[in-house]
Amino acid sequence: MAINWFKYSAPTTFYGLAGKMIPWFAISAAILFAIGLYIGFFVAPTDAQQGEFYRIMFIHVPASILSMFLYLIMAGYAALGLIFRTRLSAMMATAIAPTGALFALISLWTGALWGKPMWGAWWLWDARLTSQLILLFLYFGFIALHASIDDPRRADRAAALLAIVGSVNVPIIYFSVKWWNTLHQGSSIKFSGTTMHVAMQQALFTMLAACWLYAIAVVLARVRSIILERERNASWIADLPEVKQ
Amino acid sequence: MMNLDVWMRENPLLYILLGSYAVALLIFVIEIVMVKHKRKITLQQVRLMRNAGDDQ
Repeated sequence: MAINWFKYSAPTTFYGLAGKMIPWFAISAAILFAIGLYIGFFVAPTDAQQGEFYRIMFIHVPASILSMFLYLIMAGYAALGLIFRTRLSAMMATAIAPTGALFALISLWTGALWGKPMWGAWWLWDARLTSQLILLFLYFGFIALHASIDDPRRADRAAALLAIVGSVNVPIIYFSVKWWNTLHQGSSIKFSGTTMHVAMQQALFTMLAACWLYAIAVVLARVRSIILERERNASWIADLPEVKQ
Repeated sequence: MMNLDVWMRENPLLYILLGSYAVALLIFVIEIVMVKHKRKITLQQVRLMRNAGDDQ
């Protein structure tokens, strides 16, 4: 049986679907956070070089990965909205931006907390750190630009251009540790394998999955409000049970 | 600053939990509250518009 995926790109259908999916993503995220934290703090051994401080990576690494991926997804949706003028794409881009910004903020904050005991400094103008800070400013720029234009369609187009141009920063963040001499360590997990303890890997991947599920749940909840706001004059909105109350 | 340096090395787990995980949790909670508040406000606006339309 062929699924008509285009049906779900209409706000009318997506609104209901998102509402059904949110509890599943949210509950799964909460369970995985609990498992990830248990493995990270009670099962994973103490690191020989970094001691207990390495445990910051169980939130720092997922937050950093999500901040980059969410930006790319946001830019992808913004581009779709710009090219095909699809209403939902622009709404999704707007809904992703605050969550991406918060993950970028968590990444920078937890990185600073790790940096102090390991490097002796909260902040360094290192290539990886600086490009991650630029990512946070790009998110802020997207949100501010979108909010500063009253007409939603014009706001979508202007913010989409910023998102697309800014996406060049994501590969710069990823490759910064290879292109420049940075203090920030390279990736510990590569396609060729890893030297990390298995419990550390389990904690890291569980927390990464939890952060993904949390981000999806929050973005879906936010996009539902945006749909309500933008489609408020449509007849299907007036027929919704939550509006009729 | 010196005291903080000493404290974090003496209590690394507390430093990690309070500094990183508690802050991340707080950020998540604030985001969830903001999303719920936005939905509540938007629903109120839509209901008001609907009621205004019914009255006309």
